[in-house]
Amino acid sequence: MDPIILFFLFGVFAGIVKSPLRLPSQVYDFITLVLLIAIGLKGGVELSKLSFFTLLPQSLSIIAMGFALPFIAYPVLRSLGRFQRADAASIAAHYGSVSVGTFAVAIAYMGANNIDYEEHVALFVVLLEIPAILVGIVLAKGIKQKTNWGKIANEVFLGKGVILLVGGLLIGWVSGPEGVSSIEPLFVDMFKGILALFLLEMGLITSTHLGSLKKYGIFLVCFGIVMPLFSSVVGILIGFMLGLSVGGTAILATLAASASYIAVPAAMRISVPEANPTLSLTASLGITFPFNIVIGIPLYYYWTTYIYKLFA
Amino acid sequence: MNKSEQQLLTIIAESVLESSLTKDIEQLGAKGYTIMDVRGKGSKGLRNAGWDASANIRIEVICNAAVADAISAHLQDKYYNDYAMVVYTGTVNVLRPDKF
Repeated sequence: MDPIILFFLFGVFAGIVKSPLRLPSQVYDFITLVLLIAIGLKGGVELSKLSFFTLLPQSLSIIAMGFALPFIAYPVLRSLGRFQRADAASIAAHYGSVSVGTFAVAIAYMGANNIDYEEHVALFVVLLEIPAILVGIVLAKGIKQKTNWGKIANEVFLGKGVILLVGGLLIGWVSGPEGVSSIEPLFVDMFKGILALFLLEMGLITSTHLGSLKKYGIFLVCFGIVMPLFSSVVGILIGFMLGLSVGGTAILATLAASASYIAVPAAMRISVPEANPTLSLTASLGITFPFNIVIGIPLYYYWTTYIYKLFA
Repeated sequence: MNKSEQQLLTIIAESVLESSLTKDIEQLGAKGYTIMDVRGKGSKGLRNAGWDASANIRIEVICNAAVADAISAHLQDKYYNDYAMVVYTGTVNVLRPDKF
């Protein structure tokens, strides 16, 4: 098992045994910042080599997927899960959006196993972050209800996650491979070490959500596993149709399967305050995040190779 | 020394509310505020500031009684139902009353 996953499990263990271990929040902020910029830079360098006409169909399909996934999750949460409207909409938004942490682990997995992938997939992270939030708000409030879209746009586009990714993408795009090489020691060489620290903290945070699992019952646990499995298949099919490489499609599947825990919780808290944040965070952090990084990513890669062999 | 009595209004709330709270406070007539990152536990559970979603802030505002009442009433009306929030006031002495 990759040591970074062990860091995550170590964090969960330390949290469960109630160790006072915690990363100061400034350190956590710094780590997230480095990870987001690193991911953006890498994608940006790759973007500079691609034409607009390669990117357009890819971008549109990815955005369409971001809009579609919450519409699939919502009725399931309402009918089978018997959640209230606001809660179902908020959870659906979390699952339509993406987790940058999961994406980083997927990249590390591809790197460790020498699997090639399109490095501009970082662009997909940005594209997938936003549509689900809009769908979530509309599902919770309806279209006619007066919603302060200006404020929401501000929250969504200028939020830490999106702005750092976009900034990194642009800097990488403008600088190109040679330009970026001078800052590689921090953003590329140290990527895995920083990711390990990030996962340690994620483990600690996850452990605080395990307690709520019992409270919210078996449905949420099942949803937190079945929904990503389903979404990953959607991601694989879209990646296949777009003609991505096996590695690229496996990463897209991982993105589809991942559930947000940074951008969406903040946006939902502001725009749909009546939704219970513990519910969606328990699902996305307590169940889906650990499932994806430990079992999901290798599984989605395996499924992708299987489907590619089947159709090739 | 020339002391004058003012109200110290303290708000402890979820960090996510920072921008909307500061906007409300200024609109209701306060001339300034101080914000701190804090953590703690209350009716909405442990808020340990491990990361953004569980972080709290404390906002202190020094203002006159009328503004303090207006802010308290507004916060109760707008946020109490859905957010982790505590608001309390007390009397403090300040040296330059015109500043607040």
